[in-house]
Amino acid sequence: MSTEQVLTPSSYIEHHLSFNVKQVAEGGFWSVNFDTLAVSGLLGLIIFGFLWWVVRGATAGVPGKRQAFVELLVEFVDDQVKGIFHGERHKFVAPAALTVFVWVFAMNSMDFLPIDIMAWVYHHIFGQERFRAVPTSDINATFALALSVWLLMIFFNIKVKGLRGWTHELFCSPFGAHPLLWPANFLLNLVEYVSKPLSHSLRLFGNMYAGEIIFLLLGMWAATGLAGTIFGALLSGGWAIFHILIVGLQAYIFMMLTVVYIAMAHESH
Amino acid sequence: MNINLTMFSQALSFAILIWFTVKFVWPPLLAAIESRQKTIADGLAYAERAKLDLELAGKRSAEILREAKEKAGEIVSHGEKRASEIVEAAKAQAKIEGDRIILGAKAEIDQEVFRAREQLRTHVSAIALAGAGKILGREIDAKAHNDLLDKLVAEI
Repeated sequence: MSTEQVLTPSSYIEHHLSFNVKQVAEGGFWSVNFDTLAVSGLLGLIIFGFLWWVVRGATAGVPGKRQAFVELLVEFVDDQVKGIFHGERHKFVAPAALTVFVWVFAMNSMDFLPIDIMAWVYHHIFGQERFRAVPTSDINATFALALSVWLLMIFFNIKVKGLRGWTHELFCSPFGAHPLLWPANFLLNLVEYVSKPLSHSLRLFGNMYAGEIIFLLLGMWAATGLAGTIFGALLSGGWAIFHILIVGLQAYIFMMLTVVYIAMAHESH
Repeated sequence: MNINLTMFSQALSFAILIWFTVKFVWPPLLAAIESRQKTIADGLAYAERAKLDLELAGKRSAEILREAKEKAGEIVSHGEKRASEIVEAAKAQAKIEGDRIILGAKAEIDQEVFRAREQLRTHVSAIALAGAGKILGREIDAKAHNDLLDKLVAEI
């Protein structure tokens, strides 16, 4: 929070919701949200480094607590995938689902960081004026994930059914193979293919963004004095506890949808 | 809230993370888990088999015990029979032996009686000779009357 400008609720919220944008080249597109990339990259390094470290020392004998925890995670994901995807899941789908779940969960968890304390840390320790710690409340991040899954979906569609098979499916299902039905089929499939990544990414983004906004709104109680600060802190605590559910649930839903989309690409109608 | 290059960078890191997990995280851990599952399954099967074996061994040992008891009883009864047989045989042997001893003794006694009688006879003849000599007042010529005496002796 910069002290020079007058602090109003809208400037407070706007400050917390602005990205740390770094311009790479000319044009609106050629810029990156440094905060999103830094946090997600750091989390990826830490978490997958941790997984790698545990897995490297993994034993088939009696596992340690660390290994047991990772195995619990892996088996949880594997169980979910097993129910949806019928095929050789260990080669790609299950590990991809694990990646999605763990990474999204970690990125969502950044929502638990106390916004105003972290803003002070970013400002005074890292010298960053604007910094948003939750990568999944950046539409870029969720779109990146959803579009990657979408591309995988198309890739597996072509890989499993062949280009002809997939094109056939685009035009001949779900209504039938009659030439008069082709436009209707194609239109419906088009809508489906457009809506899949949109709903996939926007669901996660919306939940995380809303969670952040509620933290911000509760944080504004601090403007009303000591009693308001305490009240706001209590409410924030309650919301954070409830948010644990959302963080886990959204990560789980994102993973499940990823698996469902890829599984659907493997099944022909 | 606009789409920019972040999306592509993010997608790239996502791809890298998926690749990393597929390549380095998932397979070793899965291998460890599956190997442990196999070990546990084997152990359970082994335990089940061992339990069955134990049950069987219990049954067999009970059977063996029963057989042994039967055999022991048989042996005891056989021994008793044999003992009574031996006692009977010994009794019979003893009876025979006793009879034999008695027979021998009887023969000996007979012999002894015969010998005593023989001796007595000679003594009697001597006494008779001496008595006759005295009665006659003179020595009987032993040689002359030997046949007579012998006849006498044979008659006694």
